[in-house]
Amino acid sequence: MKARIKFRKYGAMRFIGHLDVMRFFQKLMRRADIPIAFTGGYSPHMIMSFASPLGIGLTSDGEYMDIELTAPVCSAEAVKRMNDECVEGIEIISLRQISDEKKQSGMTILAAADYLVSLKKGTLPSDWKESFRRFITQSEIRVVKQTKRSEKEVDIRPLIYDWEFKDSGIFLKLAAGSSENLKPDLVMDTYLSCIFMEDEDGVCLPGIRQSVQDEPVFAYHRLEMYADIGEGTASRLVSLESLGQEI
Amino acid sequence: MRKLALSDEILLNIEKPARYIGGEVNSVMKDKNRVDIRFAMCFPDVYEIGMSHLGIQILYDMFNRREDVWCERVYSPWLDLDKVMRKKDIPLFALESQDPVREFDFLGITIQFEMCYTNILQILDLSRIPLHANERSKDDPFVIGGGPCTYNPEPIADFLDIIYIGEGETVYDQLFDAYKEWKASGKSRREFLERAAHIEGLYVPMFYNVSYNGDGTIKAFIPGNEHAPAKVKKQVIMDVTDCPYPMKPVVPFIKATQDRVVLEIQRGCIRGCRFCQAGMIYRPTRERDVERLKEYARAMLKNTGHEEISLSSLSSSDYSKLKELVTFLIDEFKDKGINISLPSLRIDAFSLDVMSKVQDIRKSSLTFAPEAGSQRMRNVINKGLTEEDILDGAGQAFEGGWNKVKLYFMLGLPTETEEDMREIAQLSDRVARRYYEIPKEERNGKCQITASSSFFVPKPFTPFQWASMLPAEEYMRRASVVKEEFQAQLNRKSLKYNWHDAQTTVLEGVMARGDRKISAVIEEAYRLGCLFDSWTESFRNDLWMQAFENTGVEIGFYNLRQRDADEIFPWDFIDIGVSRRFLYKEWERAMRAEVTPNCRMQCSGCGAASFGGGVCYEGKN
Repeated sequence: MKARIKFRKYGAMRFIGHLDVMRFFQKLMRRADIPIAFTGGYSPHMIMSFASPLGIGLTSDGEYMDIELTAPVCSAEAVKRMNDECVEGIEIISLRQISDEKKQSGMTILAAADYLVSLKKGTLPSDWKESFRRFITQSEIRVVKQTKRSEKEVDIRPLIYDWEFKDSGIFLKLAAGSSENLKPDLVMDTYLSCIFMEDEDGVCLPGIRQSVQDEPVFAYHRLEMYADIGEGTASRLVSLESLGQEI
Repeated sequence: MRKLALSDEILLNIEKPARYIGGEVNSVMKDKNRVDIRFAMCFPDVYEIGMSHLGIQILYDMFNRREDVWCERVYSPWLDLDKVMRKKDIPLFALESQDPVREFDFLGITIQFEMCYTNILQILDLSRIPLHANERSKDDPFVIGGGPCTYNPEPIADFLDIIYIGEGETVYDQLFDAYKEWKASGKSRREFLERAAHIEGLYVPMFYNVSYNGDGTIKAFIPGNEHAPAKVKKQVIMDVTDCPYPMKPVVPFIKATQDRVVLEIQRGCIRGCRFCQAGMIYRPTRERDVERLKEYARAMLKNTGHEEISLSSLSSSDYSKLKELVTFLIDEFKDKGINISLPSLRIDAFSLDVMSKVQDIRKSSLTFAPEAGSQRMRNVINKGLTEEDILDGAGQAFEGGWNKVKLYFMLGLPTETEEDMREIAQLSDRVARRYYEIPKEERNGKCQITASSSFFVPKPFTPFQWASMLPAEEYMRRASVVKEEFQAQLNRKSLKYNWHDAQTTVLEGVMARGDRKISAVIEEAYRLGCLFDSWTESFRNDLWMQAFENTGVEIGFYNLRQRDADEIFPWDFIDIGVSRRFLYKEWERAMRAEVTPNCRMQCSGCGAASFGGGVCYEGKN
């Protein structure tokens, strides 16, 4: 039986990297007595997979991991047990049963993620909202993506599904998952590299960013992760949590 | 939410920010306004090393059981953060509250190896506590040192206010009560130290005067304050079953060196190897009750969520209920995916059977510590392991499917001859030969015998405390003799030989048996930039040599001299219960290559029976 756990990561835990978060959860499962299944062999390990690793420094209200259970547990009871054994900075939100099919794992079906970007340090030009609107409403946003082997220019605009100004920051809905993935810092870095380099018509001229005094630094907060259950070309995003049922 | 001492900008630009944020599972938070004593417990090395130390976990738990004490942890900031803190003038802070160490009442530093001495100065310096005890004011914490290196505290005596000699479980309560009384009284810093000097086991270095002979040896070591005793008595907790043990050790977020539950099954060792300081200073051997250990194993695994449990002791095979305990651990936890790790086991039928149950034979290696290649040399060091034991053990292991063996040796032992050195390679080869005696079709490819040697460093309170050491070049020459002999062996392709660096050995020798004059060298080395000396990437022998030169201290005086029978040693004021007479008798027996039986075979009258318990009284109730 498979279950999906949704959790928050906040505060000082943002400095704990993905591999260490995994180690934390392995120990948490034991402390909370969650009947999690193990792989076989001489060094058995817990069957546990995360939908999408969160980078160091980011916080989140919507992190997901899928686990395999050897026995059913009551959702509410398991969530309570895990939270009792937790630390400040990790909070378990839900545990729900999900489909046993491998192709339904969070990692596989992940299609999009929401982020809230806010200014952490430095200052933005007073008309930043205007320039951001111009930036993000362009028909294409070409960036040079560094991969391990090469550099290639890609258009990230199609990977930005939605955006709005929210709570003095910016809300972004971005493509996520194994086929297409866009990180919010790439969007914001590209924006920053544009704002001081627009021509008279307000068109962004990509180039090397000038070093700026009091350079803006953003905080990134993940809000939610989604699967796409739309038929054919029509997309319909639903949260990973909503695909499971309370046990 | 907890505040952090370091900004996001700093934390995101250094290695492993988790070293500095605290907040781990089972770390203890208290309200600082509701405690009387704030104690910063420090291991002067990087977090992952320090968090692996059992002693701190014991004291952390024990102190925090008191409602009036809040004990927090401090580790050495790694080189990257060290630079940032100096540049940005950030004071060193404790992990739990993230408050500056200087605001604390006590800074306790556990001193586990000599090569951490410059890190002690780093901790004081970054905390903005004056390096010298006699320069501190009422606003500074009292700095307490403890741990095995403090059995000769003299090289670092200038930097510490109080040195706790022995096991931490005994007199801290007395010290804390005295502190509360003193704090309320408004008396001077000195008056508190005088009060502390009255507590058994606590040494206040500034109350003692040392005078020297013309040749540099100690002429007299006498208390210069009426409150200070002439002899400081080692502290021992005799009831190791009912003394505090941490049921909820702190679980680091990042992988520490020791990422497992540690069950201390006994303290002390019955063996009496003559090079081993732990074997002398932790006498008498005391076993923890096996039923209690089973309870601890259950509770600690549950409270930490660790996936591994390890037994800790100097020689696990000598624990009388080992079979019962190991069988219990396997039956109870093996099926729950818990690894069981069994270090320091003698290789015999029982241990091989157990190991085949708890580990993957194909991947794991077996470790033997013959310590010396020749039987003569093993008799000199009183290592009661014969070549027959080694070859039989290895043979059984090979037949059981193992094909990897590690062998540990020491080079530069007293009386060592060229023949003794060569025998290291020859013994390794005989182990390999034993493997190839197995018919080809029954063995698992080639065997891998890895021999490693470190250079022997004489330690205080051992029979070898009188011994002389060698210059670095001579150590390297001896390693090359061994290396050459390895190349001449029949099975050389199955043998591998590694040796330890000689430069740190020389320094360790000076620190181990040094006197108060060495503190100037340590301070100078630190000023020149030495830090994390036990890490090859940061060890700077050139700066250390410069420090000796700048301070006019001769290495040869400390290392190259065989000490006279009645020389006054810097550590003589400590009473460890084992008599100097016994140690000297053992030194003489060593010179004659005579073996001394272990504590269970026959009492040799070392003096530890004065503690009134442990192995000395087994079967005498």
